[in-house]
Amino acid sequence: MQAIYMDNNATTACDPAVVAAMLPYFTEQFGNASSIHSFGSRVGKAIKEARGQVQSLLGAAHDSEIVFNSCGTESDATAILSALKANPERRTVITTAVEHPAILSLCQWLEKEDCVVHRLRVDRQGRLDLDEYASLLNDRVAIVSAMWANNETGTLFPVEEMAEMAHAQGILFHTDAVQAVGKVAIDLKKTKIDMLSLSGHKLHAPKGIGVLYVRRNTRFRPLLRGGHQERGRRAGTENSASIVGLGVACELAQQYMTEENTTVKRLRDRLERGILGNVRNAFVNGDQLYRLPNTASIAFEYVEGEGILLLLNQQGIAASSGSACTSGSLEPSHVLRAMAIPYTAAHGTIRFSLSRYNTAQEVERVIAAVPPVIAKLRKLSPYWSGDAPLARPAEAFQPQYA
Amino acid sequence: MWDYSEKVREHFFNPRNSGPLDNANGIGDFGSIKCGDALRLMLRVNPETEVIDDARFQTFGCGSAIASSSALTEIIKGKTLNEALRVSNQDIADYLDGLPPEKMHCSVMGREALQAAVANYRGESWKDDHEEGELVCKCFAIDTVMIEDTVRANRLRTIEEVANYTKAGGGCSACHEQIEDILLAVNGRLYAREAKPTEAPAATSRAPGKPKLTNYQRIRRIEETVEAIRPLLQRDHGDVALIEIDGRNIYVELSGACQGCAMQAATLGGVQQKLSDALGELVQVLPVAALLRA
Repeated sequence: MQAIYMDNNATTACDPAVVAAMLPYFTEQFGNASSIHSFGSRVGKAIKEARGQVQSLLGAAHDSEIVFNSCGTESDATAILSALKANPERRTVITTAVEHPAILSLCQWLEKEDCVVHRLRVDRQGRLDLDEYASLLNDRVAIVSAMWANNETGTLFPVEEMAEMAHAQGILFHTDAVQAVGKVAIDLKKTKIDMLSLSGHKLHAPKGIGVLYVRRNTRFRPLLRGGHQERGRRAGTENSASIVGLGVACELAQQYMTEENTTVKRLRDRLERGILGNVRNAFVNGDQLYRLPNTASIAFEYVEGEGILLLLNQQGIAASSGSACTSGSLEPSHVLRAMAIPYTAAHGTIRFSLSRYNTAQEVERVIAAVPPVIAKLRKLSPYWSGDAPLARPAEAFQPQYA
Repeated sequence: MWDYSEKVREHFFNPRNSGPLDNANGIGDFGSIKCGDALRLMLRVNPETEVIDDARFQTFGCGSAIASSSALTEIIKGKTLNEALRVSNQDIADYLDGLPPEKMHCSVMGREALQAAVANYRGESWKDDHEEGELVCKCFAIDTVMIEDTVRANRLRTIEEVANYTKAGGGCSACHEQIEDILLAVNGRLYAREAKPTEAPAATSRAPGKPKLTNYQRIRRIEETVEAIRPLLQRDHGDVALIEIDGRNIYVELSGACQGCAMQAATLGGVQQKLSDALGELVQVLPVAALLRA
């Protein structure tokens, strides 16, 4: 049985072309880009080419705005800490309640360091209230950080508009675009976005490579100081093989952008309709009109996600859960809680995230596999009886909680 | 994905005794608000013998919650109520060949549901006194509530003490920052870390037969020792002043050339050595900044 991978928001397979481009940089092209000799200069040229490929995908005005680093988390931390360091008189950060932990954990820690953090709320569809946002913009704010696309639901935030609003008040704007890059057309030179994070392994490049885009003339303070790599904005010897791989991945992403938004989107839509047509008490989370083309977040009421994943995994189907029970913490996903999805649905949320490698046959297999899995678990559920939920599930089963 | 034992997986894929139980005479509904999981445990108890003739469960929860429920019903069937009540959550975990530390609360949930079901059978009201916090120590599965309560009850001041009382932080040490946060929250300040008793037990480092100093004598001795050191530092255009004595922690202020000197740590170390020698006990000399922090 061929395994089916539908967890591409967690990580993607490296494209074979990416791997092929990287291989020489583990062997004969081992030079240090900083070296004066030919071993180094060949690597230096390859890095320059990759920088151009990333610049092109992002629509950045200059290739010097691309700063290679190790991952999305490093990009996020660098952006926010830089803004605070460069504007010491400003101690407020605005972000959203549904960001990735790379932002939220950092902000929690910043509060201990006497920063003020505003977390914008979202509605039941995961959308922001821009009036609330506007009301919080003032000269005490060092930076706004809002994700371009949500990793759990795929919901897109209007970051271009938000960046304009921040700019009008002289506030830096950063976006964590880790999920958006490669799936959403981006043209940074036409926006007011000052900084943007991307992560290689979300777009078929390897793990361990990230980029922080820093718009020219943005006041910037490096996270790592040391050598002059990345024009002194990120010291440390370049991960040349991965940089080359990311460059190729960006070029491929540009080629496949249309396919992501047509073919992959059609597969996702078929998957959603197929599952919802065969499973009752299930619904899609997030902003249905304005979201990533590859992500389906489906809540199955009255069952818990981990059980679903274990049973799907038995059939070779890989997805992930909205219940954080699978991710090391125990609370249900902070994203779904922020959206006020009830516990009994948030817990049973499964995220299927597709890529250009998924096929129509795979989608049909998943559509066939899901209903019996949900039925099996609902049989065990105290909220369920026979083929339907209890008449008033929330009243019929009221456990004492500790 | 979690590293579940074969037994956990087996009980999840093929749960025993699941589904509603007809004519149950003891029902316990219990949930963990921390993770939102909940279960209903249904017992049929023989009124003559108080033996649990049958037990079934319905669980809304993760793989290990379902496996723990299944294991619980298997363990208690055929037991008297009193025997069943002696089943601990560790027994449930052991039956399953262990649970990941983050999932131990699943077995706790089963045990609490059992208590609720027995109380329901006996017509008693039952109040849960179990409180659960965020998991801090993953080596020994200790949560915030447990650590806070222990710190408060025993007036613990350091990470070492917390590890001695609760085991939390005694393993890989990755959770020490969180334990410091708890100490700070409960005590309102952070106390300097003391040397581990194994390295320098105060009682045994004292020379045998040497009489213990009174508080007054001890302070005098510290003052004299610091005074004796000052000329050495003044020769290098530095100085040291005694600021505070708090048990084994002695706070000093370095001034003049000592201030911000790269050798500051070495200087403090030297002062500490001299004081430890003079007092016949191990003390820690700290810059005054540490006092302000604490």
